[in-house]
Amino acid sequence: MPRTPLDLRLSVDHLSILDGDGNLDTALEPDIAAGDLKRMYRTMVLGRRLDERMVRLQRQGRIGTFAPIKGQEASQIGAVATLRREDWMVPSFRETAAMLWRGWPIEQLLAFFAGRLEGGRPAPDQRDLPITIPVATQLPHAVGLAYAAQYRGDDVVVMAFFGDGATSEGDFHEAMNFAGVWHVPVVFVCQNNQWAISVPIKKQTHSRTLAQKALAYGFPGIQVDGNDVLAVYAASREAVLRAQAGEGPTLIECVTYRLGVHTTADDPTKYRSEAEVREWERKDPLTRFGAYLEKKTLLEPGLEEELDAEIARAVAVFESLPPADPLTMFEHAYGELPAHLRAERQEMAERLARATPDPAAGEPLPPPPMRGQRKTSRWSN
Amino acid sequence: MVKLNMVKALNLALLQEMERDPDVLVLGEDVGVDGGVFRVTEDLHRTFGGKRVIDSPLAEAAIVGTAVGMALYGLKPVCEIQFSGFAFQCFHQIENHCARYRARSQGRFHVPMVIRMPYGGGVRALEHHSESEEQFYAHIPGLKMVIPSGPRNARALLAAAIRDPDPVIFFEAKALYHAAKEEVPEESETLPLGRAQVVREGKALTLIAYGAMVRVALEAAEVLQAEDGVETTVIDLLTISPLDRDTLVSSVKQTGRAVVVHEAPRSFGPGAEIAASIMDGAFLSLEAPIRRVTAYDVPFVGFAREKANVPDVSRVVAAARDTLAF
Repeated sequence: MPRTPLDLRLSVDHLSILDGDGNLDTALEPDIAAGDLKRMYRTMVLGRRLDERMVRLQRQGRIGTFAPIKGQEASQIGAVATLRREDWMVPSFRETAAMLWRGWPIEQLLAFFAGRLEGGRPAPDQRDLPITIPVATQLPHAVGLAYAAQYRGDDVVVMAFFGDGATSEGDFHEAMNFAGVWHVPVVFVCQNNQWAISVPIKKQTHSRTLAQKALAYGFPGIQVDGNDVLAVYAASREAVLRAQAGEGPTLIECVTYRLGVHTTADDPTKYRSEAEVREWERKDPLTRFGAYLEKKTLLEPGLEEELDAEIARAVAVFESLPPADPLTMFEHAYGELPAHLRAERQEMAERLARATPDPAAGEPLPPPPMRGQRKTSRWSN
Repeated sequence: MVKLNMVKALNLALLQEMERDPDVLVLGEDVGVDGGVFRVTEDLHRTFGGKRVIDSPLAEAAIVGTAVGMALYGLKPVCEIQFSGFAFQCFHQIENHCARYRARSQGRFHVPMVIRMPYGGGVRALEHHSESEEQFYAHIPGLKMVIPSGPRNARALLAAAIRDPDPVIFFEAKALYHAAKEEVPEESETLPLGRAQVVREGKALTLIAYGAMVRVALEAAEVLQAEDGVETTVIDLLTISPLDRDTLVSSVKQTGRAVVVHEAPRSFGPGAEIAASIMDGAFLSLEAPIRRVTAYDVPFVGFAREKANVPDVSRVVAAARDTLAF
């Protein structure tokens, strides 16, 4: 009965393929078709340009609060680019680039951030969950989707996104544990952008990496340079293939940086230094991927102007939407409208009709008295 | 017809729904090999195997959260939360996701799932094992909240809940699990959700109850008839939300008096909504204020004091007499 060290064979790799200075590890370079490389870059740039445009739209009051992605484009595109259309994507709330890759129309995203629920509605054939705001709570859904796919015998992988702050939440740990026990085809993609609003990663966890948390749940974790789209792609590809082969879940920690605000309601100068931001700007994922493509002569001239025009067209479509119809708020509470909601809807319809009278009908009618309402009050003078 | 207690009746509903629809599966703590701590899922694991009757890790949020994912995929999971007192650990999944997914996705997704939970007192249990928390779920738009009162309606309502396209919180009164046996048809049977039942008719007063309190209300009605010669209507809500206001209002329009009975604490409980609904619909028919007989507004009291806290026949009779004498 001696005390002996257990050989758990636990280790976590860090993967970097294309570094901030443009050095490329050709032995690790993933084999990505030229068309896919161009599409990946295009979506990353579109994500960046849209992000910048959305910040301006928010400042002008044309959309509401949203969470910018600037700096995290590689973490998102490197990961989702490994999915097939039939695979599922489970986002949190900072995945605009990934959503663009998955086919969400720009005008729909704008509508969502302008407070219209219809903007969050995935297309009928789209296997994306809508944006989920409570931190980490979408992760058990991803595990449930994967369980269901396995139960039905479908060849489907589920990829779930979340941030560094989410790894402190119970739902993260519960989801990881269930995924490990059930051995389901899930890829957990953590965008460790160093800051959960104002709280740095050092205050979030005492673990050296977030990737190592997977080891406690019995499946592999890997840390990648999240600003290196090739590394994110390579790690994600490996994880997706493992999932497809029935080898269970993987956690990928993408070490990246939120170059902008947490949301448009946040002022990061209160909690982090300009020098730190500068340092990370040098590691910009677009710069190094652009240089990589330039060497391969895959850069498209005039791309930014083209994407700006695409965004401008979408903004015009978004701004020409008719006003949101309040009466539709009752439509999706239940499968079938219950009696009390029919009554509430009717009450609203009458109120709205009184508020916007038909100009031909003359004076608006006074509100009808309640059934049984007294004509005089005993308290009236 | 077979004579079953509520546990066996619920078990029959699960068995038949699983036979009927391969998308129905069961998950929760100890629901598999053990058959559930109250034996509601007994033998299902043997019949359907561990992939369909899942002994999950001990984590309420992930039980409900993964079930949401399964439901989004098109399955119909039936979760068991071992005691309703532990459901606060998954309350965020219920409120943030079960209830909202249809609206959030504007109808692209819906969450056809059932969350079963034993609730209520009367079983000499520790803290978190004897409370009534239906008001929390009844308050949430997007959810349905069902509480059966006996073996036959428990079986029919559970089958209906499993077939319902919306998430249903299904409370089972522990005090009723083994309380009585009832004739239950062998063939599958459902009851519509959102519909109350008039289980006794009388002109003088309407007693409104659900779950384990239906029995208390019926006994009180017997006492009122025997001792006061008063004929009482008893309404068994069966579904707390959406509330069957029409049945309540049309009864009180005839009786003019109402007493609501529930085990949950009084303030902001179902009794308040029921009373307000009756006021809205039957104000001019009311002969007396609507009374509520409920648990008191105190945290958990311990089973040594439970009898004094949970409504019993004498409290209901006293409230009824007050109402009749007003």
